[in-house]
Amino acid sequence: MSALELGAPWAYALGAILAMAAVTILCRAAPFAFFIKRRPPAIVDYLQKYIPPMIMTVLVLGSYKGISFRATPDWVPGIVAGLAVAVLHLWRRNTLLSILGGTALYMLLIRLM
Amino acid sequence: MPSLTEDRLPTGSRPALGPAFRASIPVLLGYLTIGLAFGLLLVRSGQPWWLAPVMSAIVYAGAAQFMAVGLLASGTSIAEIAALTFVINARHMVYGLSLLDRFAPCRRFKAYLVFALTDETYGILTTVAPPDGVDHESFYATVSALDQSYWVIGSTLGALIGGSLPFDTKGIDFALTSLFIVLLVEQIRVVRRPAPYLVATAATALAFLLVGPANLLIVAILASIVGILPFRKALS
Repeated sequence: MSALELGAPWAYALGAILAMAAVTILCRAAPFAFFIKRRPPAIVDYLQKYIPPMIMTVLVLGSYKGISFRATPDWVPGIVAGLAVAVLHLWRRNTLLSILGGTALYMLLIRLM
Repeated sequence: MPSLTEDRLPTGSRPALGPAFRASIPVLLGYLTIGLAFGLLLVRSGQPWWLAPVMSAIVYAGAAQFMAVGLLASGTSIAEIAALTFVINARHMVYGLSLLDRFAPCRRFKAYLVFALTDETYGILTTVAPPDGVDHESFYATVSALDQSYWVIGSTLGALIGGSLPFDTKGIDFALTSLFIVLLVEQIRVVRRPAPYLVATAATALAFLLVGPANLLIVAILASIVGILPFRKALS
Protein backbone atom coordinates (compact mmCIF):
# COMPACT_ATOMS: atom_id res chain seq x y z
CA MET A 1 0.00 0.00 0.00
CA SER A 2 1.19 3.50 -0.68
CA ALA A 3 1.61 5.30 2.59
CA LEU A 4 1.96 8.72 1.07
CA GLU A 5 -1.65 8.53 -0.07
CA LEU A 6 -2.63 8.52 3.59
CA GLY A 7 -1.55 12.11 3.92
CA ALA A 8 0.86 12.90 6.74
CA PRO A 9 4.47 11.74 6.24
CA TRP A 10 4.38 9.75 9.45
CA ALA A 11 1.14 7.94 8.52
CA TYR A 12 3.11 5.09 6.97
CA ALA A 13 5.24 4.69 10.10
CA LEU A 14 2.17 4.75 12.30
CA GLY A 15 0.46 2.15 10.10
CA ALA A 16 3.53 -0.09 10.31
CA ILE A 17 3.64 0.32 14.10
CA LEU A 18 -0.02 -0.69 14.42
CA ALA A 19 0.68 -3.79 12.31
CA MET A 20 3.70 -4.63 14.48
CA ALA A 21 1.61 -4.19 17.62
CA ALA A 22 -1.10 -6.51 16.27
CA VAL A 23 1.43 -9.22 15.31
CA THR A 24 3.22 -8.99 18.67
CA ILE A 25 -0.03 -9.28 20.63
CA LEU A 26 -1.01 -12.23 18.44
CA CYS A 27 2.25 -14.01 19.30
CA ARG A 28 1.94 -13.34 23.03
CA ALA A 29 -1.76 -14.20 23.28
CA ALA A 30 -1.88 -17.22 20.94
CA PRO A 31 -1.29 -19.98 23.52
CA PHE A 32 -3.76 -18.45 25.99
CA ALA A 33 -6.41 -18.04 23.28
CA PHE A 34 -5.84 -21.55 21.97
CA PHE A 35 -6.24 -23.22 25.38
CA ILE A 36 -8.98 -20.97 26.70
CA LYS A 37 -11.63 -23.71 26.59
CA ARG A 38 -9.69 -26.93 26.18
CA ARG A 39 -7.39 -28.61 28.66
CA PRO A 40 -3.81 -28.65 27.28
CA PRO A 41 -2.57 -32.16 26.42
CA ALA A 42 -0.25 -33.91 28.87
CA ILE A 43 2.74 -33.07 26.70
CA VAL A 44 2.13 -29.36 27.43
CA ASP A 45 2.17 -30.06 31.18
CA TYR A 46 5.55 -31.69 30.70
CA LEU A 47 6.85 -28.83 28.55
CA GLN A 48 5.59 -26.12 30.96
CA LYS A 49 8.02 -27.43 33.53
CA TYR A 50 11.10 -27.54 31.33
CA ILE A 51 10.56 -24.55 29.01
CA PRO A 52 11.69 -21.88 31.56
CA PRO A 53 15.13 -23.45 32.24
CA MET A 54 15.63 -24.06 28.52
CA ILE A 55 14.63 -20.51 27.59
CA MET A 56 16.90 -18.98 30.23
CA THR A 57 19.76 -21.08 28.82
CA VAL A 58 18.98 -19.91 25.29
CA LEU A 59 18.69 -16.25 26.39
CA VAL A 60 22.04 -16.36 28.21
CA LEU A 61 23.82 -18.00 25.27
CA GLY A 62 21.97 -15.71 22.85
CA SER A 63 23.33 -12.67 24.71
CA TYR A 64 26.75 -13.73 23.49
CA LYS A 65 25.82 -14.35 19.87
CA GLY A 66 27.57 -11.19 18.72
CA ILE A 67 31.01 -11.88 20.19
CA SER A 68 33.91 -12.71 17.95
CA PHE A 69 36.68 -14.99 19.18
CA ARG A 70 38.92 -13.88 16.34
CA ALA A 71 39.30 -10.28 17.53
CA THR A 72 41.31 -11.36 20.56
CA PRO A 73 40.41 -9.36 23.68
CA ASP A 74 36.90 -8.35 22.54
CA TRP A 75 35.20 -11.38 24.04
CA VAL A 76 37.04 -11.21 27.37
CA PRO A 77 34.91 -8.58 29.20
CA GLY A 78 31.61 -10.34 28.43
CA ILE A 79 32.84 -13.81 29.40
CA VAL A 80 34.71 -12.66 32.53
CA ALA A 81 31.86 -10.45 33.76
CA GLY A 82 29.32 -13.19 32.97
CA LEU A 83 31.28 -15.73 35.02
CA ALA A 84 31.59 -13.14 37.80
CA VAL A 85 27.80 -12.77 37.86
CA ALA A 86 27.33 -16.55 38.13
CA VAL A 87 29.98 -16.95 40.86
CA LEU A 88 28.72 -13.91 42.81
CA HIS A 89 25.19 -15.25 42.64
CA LEU A 90 26.13 -18.78 43.70
CA TRP A 91 28.12 -17.30 46.58
CA ARG A 92 25.83 -14.59 48.01
CA ARG A 93 22.54 -15.20 46.17
CA ASN A 94 21.83 -11.48 46.19
CA THR A 95 20.30 -10.61 42.82
CA LEU A 96 21.13 -6.91 42.90
CA LEU A 97 24.69 -7.50 44.07
CA SER A 98 25.25 -10.06 41.29
CA ILE A 99 23.82 -7.84 38.56
CA LEU A 100 25.30 -4.53 39.66
CA GLY A 101 28.67 -6.14 40.39
CA GLY A 102 28.79 -7.93 37.03
CA THR A 103 27.65 -4.86 35.09
CA ALA A 104 30.16 -2.59 36.83
CA LEU A 105 32.95 -5.10 36.13
CA TYR A 106 31.89 -5.28 32.46
CA MET A 107 31.83 -1.48 32.11
CA LEU A 108 35.25 -1.28 33.70
CA LEU A 109 36.77 -4.03 31.53
CA ILE A 110 35.54 -2.60 28.20
CA ARG A 111 37.17 0.71 29.13
CA LEU A 112 40.46 -0.84 30.26
CA MET A 113 40.95 -3.27 27.38
CA MET B 1 -16.07 -22.94 33.64
CA PRO B 2 -12.95 -24.62 32.26
CA SER B 3 -11.00 -26.69 34.74
CA LEU B 4 -7.93 -24.53 34.21
CA THR B 5 -9.40 -21.68 36.19
CA GLU B 6 -10.20 -23.59 39.37
CA ASP B 7 -6.80 -23.12 40.92
CA ARG B 8 -6.22 -19.94 42.84
CA LEU B 9 -3.13 -17.84 43.17
CA PRO B 10 -1.99 -16.89 46.66
CA THR B 11 -3.49 -13.57 47.65
CA GLY B 12 -2.49 -11.12 50.33
CA SER B 13 -2.81 -7.57 51.51
CA ARG B 14 0.83 -6.49 51.67
CA PRO B 15 1.67 -3.92 48.99
CA ALA B 16 3.27 -5.37 45.87
CA LEU B 17 5.12 -2.22 44.81
CA GLY B 18 8.21 -2.58 47.01
CA PRO B 19 9.04 -6.22 46.20
CA ALA B 20 8.06 -5.72 42.54
CA PHE B 21 10.35 -2.70 42.28
CA ARG B 22 13.25 -4.60 43.81
CA ALA B 23 12.71 -7.49 41.38
CA SER B 24 12.64 -5.05 38.46
CA ILE B 25 15.80 -3.01 39.17
CA PRO B 26 17.98 -5.01 36.74
CA VAL B 27 15.40 -4.34 34.03
CA LEU B 28 15.40 -0.66 35.01
CA LEU B 29 19.11 -0.42 34.18
CA GLY B 30 18.78 -2.35 30.94
CA TYR B 31 15.56 -0.90 29.57
CA LEU B 32 16.38 2.73 30.35
CA THR B 33 19.69 2.55 28.52
CA ILE B 34 18.62 0.32 25.63
CA GLY B 35 15.43 2.40 25.34
CA LEU B 36 17.59 5.54 25.14
CA ALA B 37 19.57 4.00 22.30
CA PHE B 38 16.37 3.02 20.51
CA GLY B 39 14.77 6.47 20.81
CA LEU B 40 17.94 8.16 19.61
CA LEU B 41 18.24 5.81 16.62
CA LEU B 42 14.59 6.30 15.65
CA VAL B 43 14.82 10.09 15.64
CA ARG B 44 18.15 10.05 13.79
CA SER B 45 16.50 7.91 11.09
CA GLY B 46 14.12 10.80 10.41
CA GLN B 47 11.01 9.92 12.44
CA PRO B 48 9.17 12.38 14.73
CA TRP B 49 10.10 11.99 18.43
CA TRP B 50 6.61 10.95 19.54
CA LEU B 51 6.77 7.74 17.51
CA ALA B 52 9.23 6.44 20.13
CA PRO B 53 6.80 6.50 23.10
CA VAL B 54 3.89 5.38 20.86
CA MET B 55 5.89 2.39 19.64
CA SER B 56 7.18 1.48 23.10
CA ALA B 57 3.67 1.76 24.52
CA ILE B 58 1.78 -0.34 21.96
CA VAL B 59 4.39 -2.63 20.34
CA TYR B 60 6.67 -3.09 23.38
CA ALA B 61 9.11 -5.57 21.82
CA GLY B 62 12.71 -4.39 21.86
CA ALA B 63 14.32 -6.47 19.12
CA ALA B 64 11.42 -5.85 16.72
CA GLN B 65 11.49 -2.11 17.43
CA PHE B 66 15.21 -1.87 16.65
CA MET B 67 14.64 -3.83 13.46
CA ALA B 68 11.78 -1.51 12.48
CA VAL B 69 13.98 1.61 12.55
CA GLY B 70 15.88 0.50 9.47
CA LEU B 71 12.83 -0.96 7.74
CA LEU B 72 10.83 2.25 8.18
CA ALA B 73 13.71 4.37 6.94
CA SER B 74 13.95 2.29 3.76
CA GLY B 75 10.18 2.34 3.15
CA THR B 76 9.68 -1.43 3.50
CA SER B 77 6.07 -2.49 2.92
CA ILE B 78 3.84 -2.85 5.97
CA ALA B 79 3.13 -6.49 5.08
CA GLU B 80 6.83 -7.29 5.08
CA ILE B 81 7.39 -5.45 8.37
CA ALA B 82 4.54 -7.46 9.90
CA ALA B 83 6.01 -10.74 8.62
CA LEU B 84 9.48 -9.94 10.02
CA THR B 85 7.92 -8.92 13.35
CA PHE B 86 6.25 -12.33 13.46
CA VAL B 87 9.56 -14.14 12.92
CA ILE B 88 11.24 -12.12 15.70
CA ASN B 89 8.40 -12.45 18.22
CA ALA B 90 7.23 -16.00 17.52
CA ARG B 91 9.28 -17.15 20.53
CA HIS B 92 6.72 -15.44 22.76
CA MET B 93 4.20 -18.14 21.83
CA VAL B 94 6.45 -20.59 23.66
CA TYR B 95 6.65 -18.27 26.67
CA GLY B 96 2.87 -18.21 26.93
CA LEU B 97 2.74 -21.99 26.65
CA SER B 98 4.80 -22.31 29.83
CA LEU B 99 2.67 -19.73 31.68
CA LEU B 100 -0.76 -21.26 30.99
CA ASP B 101 -1.14 -22.63 34.53
CA ARG B 102 0.45 -19.64 36.26
CA PHE B 103 -1.75 -17.08 34.51
CA ALA B 104 -4.91 -19.21 34.49
CA PRO B 105 -6.23 -17.95 37.86
CA CYS B 106 -5.43 -14.33 36.99
CA ARG B 107 -8.42 -12.08 36.47
CA ARG B 108 -7.96 -8.30 36.71
CA PHE B 109 -4.63 -8.00 34.95
CA LYS B 110 -4.45 -11.10 32.76
CA ALA B 111 -4.82 -9.23 29.45
CA TYR B 112 -2.05 -6.81 30.39
CA LEU B 113 0.22 -9.60 31.68
CA VAL B 114 -0.06 -11.34 28.31
CA PHE B 115 0.44 -8.11 26.36
CA ALA B 116 3.53 -7.09 28.31
CA LEU B 117 5.35 -10.44 28.21
CA THR B 118 8.90 -9.51 27.15
CA ASP B 119 11.96 -11.76 27.57
CA GLU B 120 12.99 -10.00 30.76
CA THR B 121 9.54 -9.90 32.35
CA TYR B 122 9.05 -13.56 31.45
CA GLY B 123 12.32 -14.40 33.17
CA ILE B 124 11.35 -12.60 36.37
CA LEU B 125 7.79 -13.95 36.50
CA THR B 126 8.90 -17.56 36.02
CA THR B 127 11.82 -17.37 38.43
CA VAL B 128 11.29 -14.81 41.22
CA ALA B 129 8.75 -15.91 43.83
CA PRO B 130 6.60 -13.09 45.26
CA PRO B 131 7.15 -12.70 49.04
CA ASP B 132 4.62 -14.10 51.52
CA GLY B 133 1.56 -11.97 52.05
CA VAL B 134 1.77 -10.26 48.67
CA ASP B 135 -1.01 -10.85 46.17
CA HIS B 136 0.66 -12.79 43.38
CA GLU B 137 -1.35 -11.34 40.52
CA SER B 138 -0.65 -7.79 41.76
CA PHE B 139 3.05 -8.65 41.99
CA TYR B 140 3.11 -9.97 38.41
CA ALA B 141 1.20 -6.93 37.10
CA THR B 142 3.37 -4.44 38.99
CA VAL B 143 6.60 -6.00 37.72
CA SER B 144 5.20 -5.97 34.17
CA ALA B 145 4.04 -2.35 34.37
CA LEU B 146 7.29 -1.12 35.96
CA ASP B 147 9.31 -2.87 33.26
CA GLN B 148 7.24 -1.28 30.51
CA SER B 149 7.42 2.16 32.14
CA TYR B 150 11.26 1.93 32.08
CA TRP B 151 11.15 1.09 28.38
CA VAL B 152 8.72 3.90 27.52
CA ILE B 153 10.63 6.46 29.61
CA GLY B 154 14.01 5.38 28.20
CA SER B 155 12.89 5.51 24.57
CA THR B 156 11.14 8.88 25.06
CA LEU B 157 14.24 10.39 26.68
CA GLY B 158 16.39 8.95 23.92
CA ALA B 159 14.18 10.50 21.25
CA LEU B 160 14.12 13.89 22.97
CA ILE B 161 17.60 14.34 24.43
CA GLY B 162 19.52 11.17 23.52
CA GLY B 163 22.17 13.05 21.58
CA SER B 164 23.13 15.36 24.42
CA LEU B 165 23.57 13.00 27.39
CA PRO B 166 26.46 14.13 29.60
CA PHE B 167 27.52 10.67 30.82
CA ASP B 168 28.95 7.60 29.17
CA THR B 169 26.61 4.64 29.65
CA LYS B 170 28.40 2.29 27.29
CA GLY B 171 28.16 -1.27 28.55
CA ILE B 172 25.40 -0.68 31.12
CA ASP B 173 23.08 -2.83 29.00
CA PHE B 174 25.15 -5.78 30.24
CA ALA B 175 22.67 -5.61 33.15
CA LEU B 176 20.23 -7.59 30.99
CA THR B 177 22.79 -10.33 30.23
CA SER B 178 23.52 -10.38 33.99
CA LEU B 179 19.81 -10.68 34.72
CA PHE B 180 19.50 -13.69 32.40
CA ILE B 181 22.54 -15.32 34.07
CA VAL B 182 21.06 -14.76 37.56
CA LEU B 183 17.71 -16.18 36.44
CA LEU B 184 19.49 -19.19 34.92
CA VAL B 185 21.32 -19.84 38.21
CA GLU B 186 17.96 -19.62 40.02
CA GLN B 187 16.41 -22.06 37.51
CA ILE B 188 19.29 -24.49 38.14
CA ARG B 189 18.49 -24.38 41.87
CA VAL B 190 14.86 -25.35 41.17
CA VAL B 191 15.09 -27.68 38.16
CA ARG B 192 17.98 -29.90 39.20
CA ARG B 193 18.16 -32.09 36.09
CA PRO B 194 20.93 -31.61 33.54
CA ALA B 195 18.81 -32.51 30.50
CA PRO B 196 17.05 -29.17 29.82
CA TYR B 197 20.29 -27.17 30.08
CA LEU B 198 22.27 -29.57 27.90
CA VAL B 199 19.47 -29.81 25.34
CA ALA B 200 19.11 -26.00 25.19
CA THR B 201 22.88 -25.54 24.84
CA ALA B 202 23.07 -28.06 22.01
CA ALA B 203 19.99 -26.50 20.39
CA THR B 204 21.53 -23.00 20.55
CA ALA B 205 24.79 -24.24 19.04
CA LEU B 206 22.88 -26.01 16.29
CA ALA B 207 20.74 -22.90 15.63
CA PHE B 208 23.86 -20.75 15.44
CA LEU B 209 25.40 -23.09 12.87
CA LEU B 210 22.16 -23.20 10.87
CA VAL B 211 20.99 -19.57 10.84
CA GLY B 212 23.75 -17.54 12.50
CA PRO B 213 22.97 -14.67 14.89
CA ALA B 214 19.81 -13.47 13.09
CA ASN B 215 16.71 -15.42 14.21
CA LEU B 216 18.89 -17.39 16.61
CA LEU B 217 16.43 -17.30 19.52
CA ILE B 218 13.35 -18.69 17.80
CA VAL B 219 15.26 -21.49 16.06
CA ALA B 220 17.10 -22.36 19.29
CA ILE B 221 13.87 -22.41 21.32
CA LEU B 222 12.03 -24.59 18.80
CA ALA B 223 15.01 -26.95 18.61
CA SER B 224 15.08 -27.09 22.45
CA ILE B 225 11.44 -28.14 22.58
CA VAL B 226 11.93 -30.85 19.96
CA GLY B 227 15.12 -31.91 21.75
CA ILE B 228 13.50 -32.27 25.20
CA LEU B 229 10.63 -34.47 23.95
CA PRO B 230 12.58 -37.77 23.97
CA PHE B 231 13.43 -37.21 27.67
CA ARG B 232 9.80 -37.23 28.76
CA LYS B 233 9.92 -40.70 30.37
CA ALA B 234 13.33 -40.11 31.96
CA LEU B 235 12.33 -36.75 33.45
CA SER B 236 8.89 -37.59 34.83
